Amino acid sequence: MDLPSASGSNHGMSDTVKFDEMWGRDGMLRAPYERFQGWFEGEDPKSLRAKQREAEELFRLTGITFNVYGRAEAEERLIPFDIIPRIISGREWQRLSRGIDQRVRAINAFLHDIYHRQEIVRAGRIPQEMIARNVAFLPHMIGVAPPGGIYTHIVGIDLVRTNDDDFFVLEDNARTPSGVSYMLENRETMLQMFPELFSRNRVQPVQNYPRKLRQSLAACAPAGSEGRPCVAVLTPGIYNSAYFEHAFLADQMGVELVEGHDLRVVDGRVAMRTTRGYKPIDVLYRRVDDDFLDPLNFNPDSTLGVPGIMDVYRAGGITIANAPGTGIADDKAIYSYMPEIVEFYTGERPILKNVPTWRCSEPEALAYVLEHLDELVVKEVHGSGGYGMLIGPAATRKDLAAFRRKLKARPGHYIAQPTLSLSTVPIFTNKGLAPRHVDLRPFVLVSPEGISITPGGLTRVALKKGSLVVNSSQGGGTKDTWVLED
Amino acid sequence: MRLFIRHITRYAFDTPASHGLQQLRKTPKSTHHQQVLHWRTDLEGSKKELGFEDHHNNIVELISFEREARDVVIVSEGEVEIGDNHGIVGRHIGPAPLWLYQRPTDRTWTGPGCRALIRKVTGETELDRLHALREVIAGAISFEIGASLSDWSAEDAVAAGRGVCQDHTHVFLACAREMGFPARYVSGYLMLDDRVEQDATHAWAEAHVDGLGWVGFDVSNGISPDMRYVRVATGLDYGEAAPVTGLTIGGGGERLSVQIEVAQQ
Repeated sequence: MDLPSASGSNHGMSDTVKFDEMWGRDGMLRAPYERFQGWFEGEDPKSLRAKQREAEELFRLTGITFNVYGRAEAEERLIPFDIIPRIISGREWQRLSRGIDQRVRAINAFLHDIYHRQEIVRAGRIPQEMIARNVAFLPHMIGVAPPGGIYTHIVGIDLVRTNDDDFFVLEDNARTPSGVSYMLENRETMLQMFPELFSRNRVQPVQNYPRKLRQSLAACAPAGSEGRPCVAVLTPGIYNSAYFEHAFLADQMGVELVEGHDLRVVDGRVAMRTTRGYKPIDVLYRRVDDDFLDPLNFNPDSTLGVPGIMDVYRAGGITIANAPGTGIADDKAIYSYMPEIVEFYTGERPILKNVPTWRCSEPEALAYVLEHLDELVVKEVHGSGGYGMLIGPAATRKDLAAFRRKLKARPGHYIAQPTLSLSTVPIFTNKGLAPRHVDLRPFVLVSPEGISITPGGLTRVALKKGSLVVNSSQGGGTKDTWVLED
Repeated sequence: MRLFIRHITRYAFDTPASHGLQQLRKTPKSTHHQQVLHWRTDLEGSKKELGFEDHHNNIVELISFEREARDVVIVSEGEVEIGDNHGIVGRHIGPAPLWLYQRPTDRTWTGPGCRALIRKVTGETELDRLHALREVIAGAISFEIGASLSDWSAEDAVAAGRGVCQDHTHVFLACAREMGFPARYVSGYLMLDDRVEQDATHAWAEAHVDGLGWVGFDVSNGISPDMRYVRVATGLDYGEAAPVTGLTIGGGGERLSVQIEVAQQ
């Protein structure tokens, strides 16, 4: 499985001085890594190499376990794991999580507003066309009040770091962010392989994520539901590349994993077939895209969804997590307005930075982008996974010329951003530690009871020297991410 | 004017359907000049699952077929009081923003056919130009029952030069939106003066004119709607305003029959 990309992590080649999260800019060991370094120095590299192999074996076994449900594509689903943890101090995390909390609050408020009065458009803070011409805007959601007022129950915020204090948001994932199973497996593996590390370092736990996910989803049940809310995970099925994550999460939460054909509308509710008849579902954690969710209301050819589920939703009979239509909040053109969005709804200055973004639909921006194409990263507004993008500094003259034509033909389809100098974290190689570029996807849960951010998240690492591409399909791996108790 | 309406939709299956769901948009709206006095939906071979109001303020009912149903009958009937509004429905009421009605759809995109019609439109005021558009379309597309397919787009109808009220309406919507007007599809009933039994539900268009609000245009009859018109459902095109939208699993040899009565009380 290729983890959904923080496509912006493919941020060109940068030859400025790197910020290493272990060694800083000047080779001085940074505080969060002190205890780890003390341990590492005392370890025999040979035995660490053996442990690295053992870890890989452990993952292969888990992979096979996951694969029981699926077909034999085990290799594809194994993502390299590196045993050196990425370590974030409690103080750093506090600031980061305040920023994430603020951003997620703003995203939810924005979604409510966009599907109701559109005050932000009336106030002139976002041009009407940004919404009116946006394919991610879902008219069926207009005027709908989701249970508990929550639109994005599960959010993944993709971050990169450029120095001690600066984190940038590359992308907000407000639809169906994945990768959380890797976060959990990475920790599990580290706990098994290096229990002594966890007695030396007080690392904030992540293992309670499935329990928190279940609580958070249950807290979003529709007003009329009685007793313990019935939660289920809807998967497109075994051929979906994230199927094992769907199965894993359902299993960890202790809820049913269902497919579209297991569900139907019964007595005004969405109900699942059980051995004792149909059982109504209160909260459906769906990993099926909007378009495929309901053949009666959306794509009529979809066999992955549940006919009429949108009607049940609109009548208030089920919670769909995340809500349909949340894509309008993580659209790349909307991304460029995030600082305005955060200010408009929270009345606060944004804590997390946005990568400066040129919207090529604006003539002045387009002129700048065309002139500086070889320095910039250009992305498709509605693209994802790094498809159809140009990394200026790495592009050939021919690539640049071709992209110039594309930009001139359909400027509104593109945005451009500067290349960032991403931080590095060491990985373990045959020659010892070596710096590699990383990004971070923290996972956020939202319910009427509050916002819960799992300490850390998924760190993806480019295993090739100098590479900024962290995608697993292109030589990317993952690391355990530690947030220390200060 | 007080109108009595009975609308019967009947599905007959040679082999029974194992599962079926239908979205009904058959209940008239109470709006500015139209008051629904009473209305009921009776079902045979199916049952009501739920109801809600959609983003066009349509009253939507979701019904499911009973097991092994061979006959599904939906009877909608009631009385509606209509005031004369000279075709003007009035100001826009949310929740949908007005700009939504400027979005083209699969049935109402503009191609060369629609654009050629627009070029023939003249007029001083916005209202003049919309009436002129209505006339241009009526001149270009003759009304012929059975001449078109229900999934035709506006461009298909212009190319064929024939169609029914649905096609006239789609062409009007495509052109009006291209001319910069928010415009929407209306499905409803029309009391024809010489009879009670109608062949089908009627369809016409509404465009939003600054200062007036929504104004109705019936291309097929060459007028703006009056007291004989009952507004039932609205949407961006037929797909969003259709009386019945369904999905059936199994159920071979489906036959649909519709019976509509509209009478002045």
